[in-house]
Amino acid sequence: MADISAPAATPFRLSMLLYDRRYRSMTIQVFVFILVMAFAWWLVGNTIQNLRVMGKDFDFGFLGQRAGYDIPSPPIPYTSDDTHLRATIVGLLNTVIVSVLGCIAATVLGITVGVARLSNNWLFARLMTIYVEMFRNIPLLLWILIVYAIFTEVLPPPNAYRGEDPAASMILFDNVALTNRYTAIPSLGMTNNPGDLDLGYRILINWAVIAFAVVLIGGWFLRKAVLNHAQKVQDATGDRPVTWWKNLAIMTVPSLLLIWYFGLHLVPPELKGFNFAGGLNVQNGFVALWLALTLYTGAFIAEIVRAGILAVSKGQSEAAFALGLKPNWTMNLVILPQALRVIIPPLISQYLNLTKNSSLAIAVGYMDLRGTLGGTTLNQTGRELEAIVLMMLIYLALSLIISGAMNVYNNRVKLKER
Amino acid sequence: MKKSVLLGTVAATAAFIGGAAMAAEGDTLKAVKARGELICGVNTGLVGFAAPDASGNWAGFDVAVCKAVAAAVLGDPAKVKYVPTTGQTRFTALSSGEVDVLARNSTWTYSRDTDLKLDFIGVNYYDGQGFMVRKDLGVTSAKELDGATICIQTGTTTELNLADYFKANNMSYQPVNIDSNAEGEQQYMAGACDAYTTDASGLAATRAAFADPENHIILPEIISKEPLGPAVRHGDNNWGDIVRWTLNALIAAEEYGVTSANIEELATNSENPEVQRLLGASDELGAMMGLDKDWAKNAIKASGNYGEVFAKTIGEETPIGLARGLNAQWTQGGLLYAPPFR
Repeated sequence: MADISAPAATPFRLSMLLYDRRYRSMTIQVFVFILVMAFAWWLVGNTIQNLRVMGKDFDFGFLGQRAGYDIPSPPIPYTSDDTHLRATIVGLLNTVIVSVLGCIAATVLGITVGVARLSNNWLFARLMTIYVEMFRNIPLLLWILIVYAIFTEVLPPPNAYRGEDPAASMILFDNVALTNRYTAIPSLGMTNNPGDLDLGYRILINWAVIAFAVVLIGGWFLRKAVLNHAQKVQDATGDRPVTWWKNLAIMTVPSLLLIWYFGLHLVPPELKGFNFAGGLNVQNGFVALWLALTLYTGAFIAEIVRAGILAVSKGQSEAAFALGLKPNWTMNLVILPQALRVIIPPLISQYLNLTKNSSLAIAVGYMDLRGTLGGTTLNQTGRELEAIVLMMLIYLALSLIISGAMNVYNNRVKLKER
Repeated sequence: MKKSVLLGTVAATAAFIGGAAMAAEGDTLKAVKARGELICGVNTGLVGFAAPDASGNWAGFDVAVCKAVAAAVLGDPAKVKYVPTTGQTRFTALSSGEVDVLARNSTWTYSRDTDLKLDFIGVNYYDGQGFMVRKDLGVTSAKELDGATICIQTGTTTELNLADYFKANNMSYQPVNIDSNAEGEQQYMAGACDAYTTDASGLAATRAAFADPENHIILPEIISKEPLGPAVRHGDNNWGDIVRWTLNALIAAEEYGVTSANIEELATNSENPEVQRLLGASDELGAMMGLDKDWAKNAIKASGNYGEVFAKTIGEETPIGLARGLNAQWTQGGLLYAPPFR
């Protein structure tokens, strides 16, 4: 037998980088990496040079300057004397508020419609199909503008509520006034105000809010303890103690006591001068944006939910029915938990989309991050590059936070193989 | 790799803006001549100042500046491409090189001249910020606007003046941020705001376009100085000179009685040496800026002298009905004063 020896180590030649399979993939990667770096180098160098030609520098000092412009109904105290940084934070908070509220509403709507599309009721299912197809196939900006235009053109101005015989009247027992600028809703008043907790930077939180939060979170844990106790008793004796009245009491009694103690009551809005005062004026720009984002993203979520439910084998529901489970129990206990594994990953993308789409707020004058930092601040200071870079970083961070948090949730509900 | 992705994103943005700025450097005059067309940034539509008519031809007080510059540089007032810009996009459009000159009722301020690296080449309209309200609101003074909802174009000096004025007078207001004059008009007409504020000339122009102008009043308070003028990029001084002296030529022409009617006649037999120099009959003023000797003559012929332009576009004979006021010649008690052509 001929002794097949390993081929003698051929001396390394430069051409082997290209022709030898062992090295080729490395060569290509290194080459591409160098190209990418060179491109980045050229981009940065080009920018620096062009900025120098224009006589501009790259400086975030403008964030500390006086902003000088006002923002309608800011979530934290803000005046035109504050800095651009605070205006940016106000914008960021507005973005977060509309995104969070939009995600919640879109999820509720999406799940409802997604389930309804699979309904056996022919008319109902078709109506849902029409909704989904309409909202999925028309650009979001148009929806925002349409909702806003309806608010502006159809609703009466606050003036119409004035006088002995007003042209418009408030609804819900004189508590809510719909106008073409805002919806005036009652605010909460306290006869026994405990004062505010000062977090610094003129951010105040009322002690009553903290008290309610503590009571509700505490109640949540207490309820869990009650349920655990009931489970223990059931395991030991076979009899499950009645828990519903305990849970109800835990969740309501302390809250009612707090309401009585603080003297909580509604303060209805009242026409004073040009506008409603006393209550809370929810800007139409905000409502239009929130509604349009909800309806638009809700249509996408509905499709995701439908796909998720269809992905669960029919045998699962047949088995559940065979066991005698009611249809809604089957949905909640058998189908949806399995469908969630399919639903959650694309749902994360929809949350990201909604958050990024909220930057269309500028079309309806809602001052979100794009409206403050990327709009007025950018324009008044002329710092385009800095403002855009900062805005991109903030949106990037926001998206990564959402996707990170949702992935944690995804890991909890995904199929656990034991 | 995470980090380099981030850096790449930053760099990509930077390049996007930087790349556009490439056009900003260099010789604007050469670029305009090579292109055979002047690119002029104008308002998205403000009747009297800059608005396209039914057949799509731009006309107005600011548009006349574009036409005059095009006539001075290219010899033809029609060789202009109009780029509508909003209050938010105008300065970016100029500094990125998207437009050669910005003639868009923009206020000449310190920070725009220095920090934004623009060059305001003069003032073509001396203005001030005012308020417009419906007559039936019963308001006769801006001091009575406490608590009102006010429509304001975002990214403007008027936005800052508004905040300062209400703060100084210890009053409050709700801003409604809008992007363009057309949107402001729509919101104001729908009653989404009690008052609309912008430059008084803009208010008059907006009101003139209403179906019922008599039902709206412009309040007497003028809360700021708004010297409106064309702007060019900082750094190209020759181009700045061309636009500056084109505007001055229009103003001087009115002062010396040069009109679009008598310009040909005066060009040949004017007795006034300054008119001779202006119209290129003697001396070679145009050559000093790299233009023909007929540059000023062409500019004036484009839409007439300053007074003619004013009368045709925004003057008392037009629906807008603005009086000359501060915008009269210095010889008539106004502020218009063209430096000598010498």
